[in-house]
Amino acid sequence: MTLTQRYRFIYKPLVFTACLLPLVWLACGAFGWLGASLGVDPVKELEHECGKTALNLLLLTLAVTPVRELTGQPQLVRLRRMLGLFAFFYVVLHFTIYLVLDLELNFRTLGTDIAKRPYITIGFTGLLLLIPLAVTSTNGMMRRLGRRWQSLHRLVYAIAILGVWHFYWQVKRDVREPLIYAGILGILLGYRLLRARTRRRASVAARPRTEALRAGQFTPASGPAPTLVRSE
Amino acid sequence: MKFRVPHIAPSEITPEPAYFSRRALLAGALATGASTLLRAADAPPAQGAPLSYTLNAQYSVKETPNKFEEIAGYNNFYEFGTDKESPSQNAHSLRTRPWSVNVYGEAEVRGNFDLEDLLKGQALEERIYRFRCVEAWSLVVPWVGFPLSNLLARFKPTSRAKYVEFTTLYDPRQMPGQRVPVLTWPYVEGLRIDEAMHPLTLMVVGLYGRVLPNQDGAPLRLIVPWKYGFKGIKSIVKIGFTSTQPRTTWAGAASNEYGFYANVNPEVDHPRWSQATERRIGAPFLAARRPTLPFNGYAEQVASLYQGMDLRRYF
Repeated sequence: MTLTQRYRFIYKPLVFTACLLPLVWLACGAFGWLGASLGVDPVKELEHECGKTALNLLLLTLAVTPVRELTGQPQLVRLRRMLGLFAFFYVVLHFTIYLVLDLELNFRTLGTDIAKRPYITIGFTGLLLLIPLAVTSTNGMMRRLGRRWQSLHRLVYAIAILGVWHFYWQVKRDVREPLIYAGILGILLGYRLLRARTRRRASVAARPRTEALRAGQFTPASGPAPTLVRSE
Repeated sequence: MKFRVPHIAPSEITPEPAYFSRRALLAGALATGASTLLRAADAPPAQGAPLSYTLNAQYSVKETPNKFEEIAGYNNFYEFGTDKESPSQNAHSLRTRPWSVNVYGEAEVRGNFDLEDLLKGQALEERIYRFRCVEAWSLVVPWVGFPLSNLLARFKPTSRAKYVEFTTLYDPRQMPGQRVPVLTWPYVEGLRIDEAMHPLTLMVVGLYGRVLPNQDGAPLRLIVPWKYGFKGIKSIVKIGFTSTQPRTTWAGAASNEYGFYANVNPEVDHPRWSQATERRIGAPFLAARRPTLPFNGYAEQVASLYQGMDLRRYF
């Protein structure tokens, strides 16, 4: 089996199923299957669980790059799009439950909530920002956008910050759980900052080549000095 | 021939606890009356044991009470953890007998009182009250208790007693949530003396006709139906009469979000969420959200307590 086949027939279906499990479990709770229950306040439970699953998936999406670099498994990037799209799916579900089951389709309250409640304002902003990322997640869009695709998808850093902040702000008093999320997000983003810094340093260290070039030790025809920019 | 199954409204079905408590009441009456009741008072029943009480219809709402499992399975009682399910899972470690309450401050009668002593002579009433949490959800609860004023009168508060201060038990071995500093322990709540003496203000010892489950604040808790639920301090071990406003726990934790008064008010939002509506726990899907009423629907009885006060400032 080739690597592509393994991803297509084994790893991707496995990840797909795993991503659906939270939804299946919530459905079991809603319908009372397998002894599952959503507890005394099923609306809040559905709302919170979908939101938390979305955050989990968002953080997993952000974990792909560090994990593939640290483990030397660059092909892991093939799973990233699915994780990101599932994060979007659960965010949409979270919002739909809030609008339909919690607010009971009261659009006026929705409007004032978004305008006046900071934690809802930032949560809703995160949802809106996810839309262009989901829309441009196809191969065709990646091709069409070229280098701009990566710049656009860096938005996910801001979205993840908004998501964790949204969680932190809606908690009444016990902020331990949102702080754990914030800590993990901090590590994932910190890794990228650190890496960017070491890269910059590496490119500074590469500067002597330019001098060598000037000194005529390299022929200009050999092209630009190799850079460390990854191509994904 | 077609038979039709008769439809029985839930309100026509006697809840099991009420059914049993009626039996207990009858049994008590059939026995030698007073002496039986006295003996019952000497050895107070454990959690879940039936109580003798009468329904106070005048002070009860007509709405259908929530199920016992909802009232006893969905609690904010951070002393046992911050999830709604934590108290029902963890509160078994609380020992509610023996229990004593320390009375202090601006009153003629002070000291330590056994719970049995405090309950002696208090005729228990069932009152079906609305319960509105500051988190914008609500319940309807058949509490069993007696007016706080009946208890406070015993201690003969002096003219300097302007406020009443209540304190929850502090014992991290029994209350594992107290090992985590999410709030300043012990929990403290307070009322202005006129609020405390109001006939709607209830000292609660039971739920659904039975001794209060630990997670709902056994053995003794406060219920002030026109205020947000957090005013209803649980598992009380101290009652003090003070001349200055008590420093209450939530107001101290976030004074911009929780006030001393904490009267239910749809027009004064929590800084982070609206208080205009609430979701009734246990109500059918898509029919649970309802407008929040001023003073939780008890405005007629209590609004006069706050005449001339700026309720936006004293929220």
